[in-house]
Amino acid sequence: MTLNRQDAKNAKNAKKSRDTTLSCPPKMPKNGHDNVVSLRARVRLMLTLSTRSQYATLLDAAALRLGEETAIVYLETDQPPIHVSRTQFRRQVLAYAAALLDMGIVRRDLIIITDTQSLASIYAFWGALWIGAIPSMFPTLTEKLDPDIYMQGLAELAARSGVRAILTTDEFAPVLARHVPCPVYGSSRLRDTSLQTQTGIEDMDVGATHESPLQTTASEEASVGTRRAVSGGHDNVVSLHRPQQSEGEVCLLQHSSGTTGLQKGVALSHAAVLNQLASYSDAVGLHDGDVVVSWLPLYHDMGLIAGFLLPLAQGIPLVLMSPFDWVSHPALLFRAIHDYQATLCWLPNFAYNHCARRIRARDLEGLSAASMRLFINCSEPVYAESHALFLERFASLGVTEPMLSVCYAMAENTFAVSQTPPGQIPHPDVIDRIALEQQLIAQPTEPGEGAVVKLSCGMPIANTEVRVLDDAGTPLPERRVGELAIKSDCMLSGYYQRDDLQPFHDGWYLTGDRGYLADGEVYVVGRSKDLIINAGKNVYPQDIEALVNTVPGVHAGRVVAFGVPDTREGTELIAVVAEIDTDDAEARQIIDRAIRQTVAAGSAVTVSYVSLVDSRWLIKTSSGKIARAANRDKWQQERGR
Amino acid sequence: MDEKEVREKLRSYITRELIRDESYRLTDDEGIVTGGLMDSFSLAEFAVYVESEFGVYIPDSDLTVARMNTLDQMVARVMQDMK
Repeated sequence: MTLNRQDAKNAKNAKKSRDTTLSCPPKMPKNGHDNVVSLRARVRLMLTLSTRSQYATLLDAAALRLGEETAIVYLETDQPPIHVSRTQFRRQVLAYAAALLDMGIVRRDLIIITDTQSLASIYAFWGALWIGAIPSMFPTLTEKLDPDIYMQGLAELAARSGVRAILTTDEFAPVLARHVPCPVYGSSRLRDTSLQTQTGIEDMDVGATHESPLQTTASEEASVGTRRAVSGGHDNVVSLHRPQQSEGEVCLLQHSSGTTGLQKGVALSHAAVLNQLASYSDAVGLHDGDVVVSWLPLYHDMGLIAGFLLPLAQGIPLVLMSPFDWVSHPALLFRAIHDYQATLCWLPNFAYNHCARRIRARDLEGLSAASMRLFINCSEPVYAESHALFLERFASLGVTEPMLSVCYAMAENTFAVSQTPPGQIPHPDVIDRIALEQQLIAQPTEPGEGAVVKLSCGMPIANTEVRVLDDAGTPLPERRVGELAIKSDCMLSGYYQRDDLQPFHDGWYLTGDRGYLADGEVYVVGRSKDLIINAGKNVYPQDIEALVNTVPGVHAGRVVAFGVPDTREGTELIAVVAEIDTDDAEARQIIDRAIRQTVAAGSAVTVSYVSLVDSRWLIKTSSGKIARAANRDKWQQERGR
Repeated sequence: MDEKEVREKLRSYITRELIRDESYRLTDDEGIVTGGLMDSFSLAEFAVYVESEFGVYIPDSDLTVARMNTLDQMVARVMQDMK
């Protein structure tokens, strides 16, 4: 069974919802708030399925055209918002591009950006794109992580992938530089160098207008070049000219999570990213009245593609905040939606619970979310309970059920694979639990005992096909459960400098997710691998187990880690079971504490449950491997759930 | 409510709801977030609890890992605004 979004029924739905949206301009908030700011985009040529051929690379992004329209509003706790117009954005990107050239970065160089989320790291990312280098965003060092483990991971990655330079905070740069086999630059070095080129770049605006959106004008390149020639005395003046980049060239990497040194760089070409943006914009009915709000990290595919490249490429305003701010202060999201009349927001499932349960009533006073078109649930299994909780809490702000949509995505397809049509409530498929578990059939049934509900992830986006395969790789008919496989025009080029890894089988990418198709819509039921998705983050149990194995008092090799689905949190929590020898309460407490601390320091995730058990508690397979699913079942039974 | 009572209420809430292990003996000065006992999401949950239990609203600027990492810090912050 093979499908794609060209399906007539779907196209009709998408059109209907777009028409509705266009005929209803964003409503003003109920309790008119002083701070409401109207961000109007004027987009002359949006990237759509029909205009796609007019875009050659990501540098044709609307945010890089001249204009006073808002490219980014950057929000920080206790700081006034920073408005960046397109002209300012373009100027900064060019200045950072010049600064990167000054540091000797050239085309095809791999640049890792592991700064805290900031405008500087955003300009550096686009500056790298401008000169044809390959940027990749990376998580920064946090209070919890052990700096030595973090730096060792980066050193392995730098050696394995031939990283040309790492950009990070000023504070961290000199420390990191001693541990990695490549140059490390602090953000002020880059900023200062970029400032030197600013004057020259300002000159470029003369003569460049909205009407010449897609190309750098000769005069602006010449003026930047002249300035550089004067200030730096370099002879590579011409190199700030946009290098001729072809569509098929790799433009950026998205790194998978997991043991840092072994992380795979998902290499994406300009064509793949542009194809994804065109298809996905169509799937969500994107238009020039949209405003995106995001707190997502840029090292994650949802944050990088949907919450960053999509609005900047399309020229719709992006209201961006740091994930660190949002996590502790979730009300910031609703404040931003209200203040900027936002319409689109992507969230992993746990965020629905986090917002619903952990925003204080007084932080919502006077706010409206009625401007929203879609909250898009993506990147971890979707719980119907989370949508219900969110709706119950925020209905009074104007959130309605049709605003809650679902997307299925992965970095290997750039981002989205499927999306529910805008304005249409995701279909809850009520199926028989026993048929699902024992016969791998999604058999429709009546709600109640013995039934499970799976929410639809929608139809495949344009030019993406989805199949379900059995264990032998044979395509299965609708409502049969197997591994989801995809084929599209926005797939990865490969894993960066890992020719030993072959991502495709007969042109299909096997996702590792288990699911089925019904009425052309994609349903995800689980995973083929033991992967845990905790708060939108992929966590490999073997990484957690390896860390716990190093804790004194734990029997090495007698440890298991697994995910426990939790409807209160709306995500999988991480449980660790470890065999130990002692009955002494104090000794057990020391081991318990050490396990939690070691995992936090080594992996940046928090273990929610630590169970210390006697020898021979763990179930192993006949080949001596730890059987994670069997141990999880045993653990859950003992806890009486 | 005196400081001692606030401290024991918070200790019991954190071990029960955030560490999910009531037998865990949480000390006054151990790093709760940096020690991997709870994640930074829980800071927001802690703020909701403090408001409902003690009627104290902790502003965002104080809800950071640096300022709310230990039981001692949390108790001191709550006591600051307790009537």
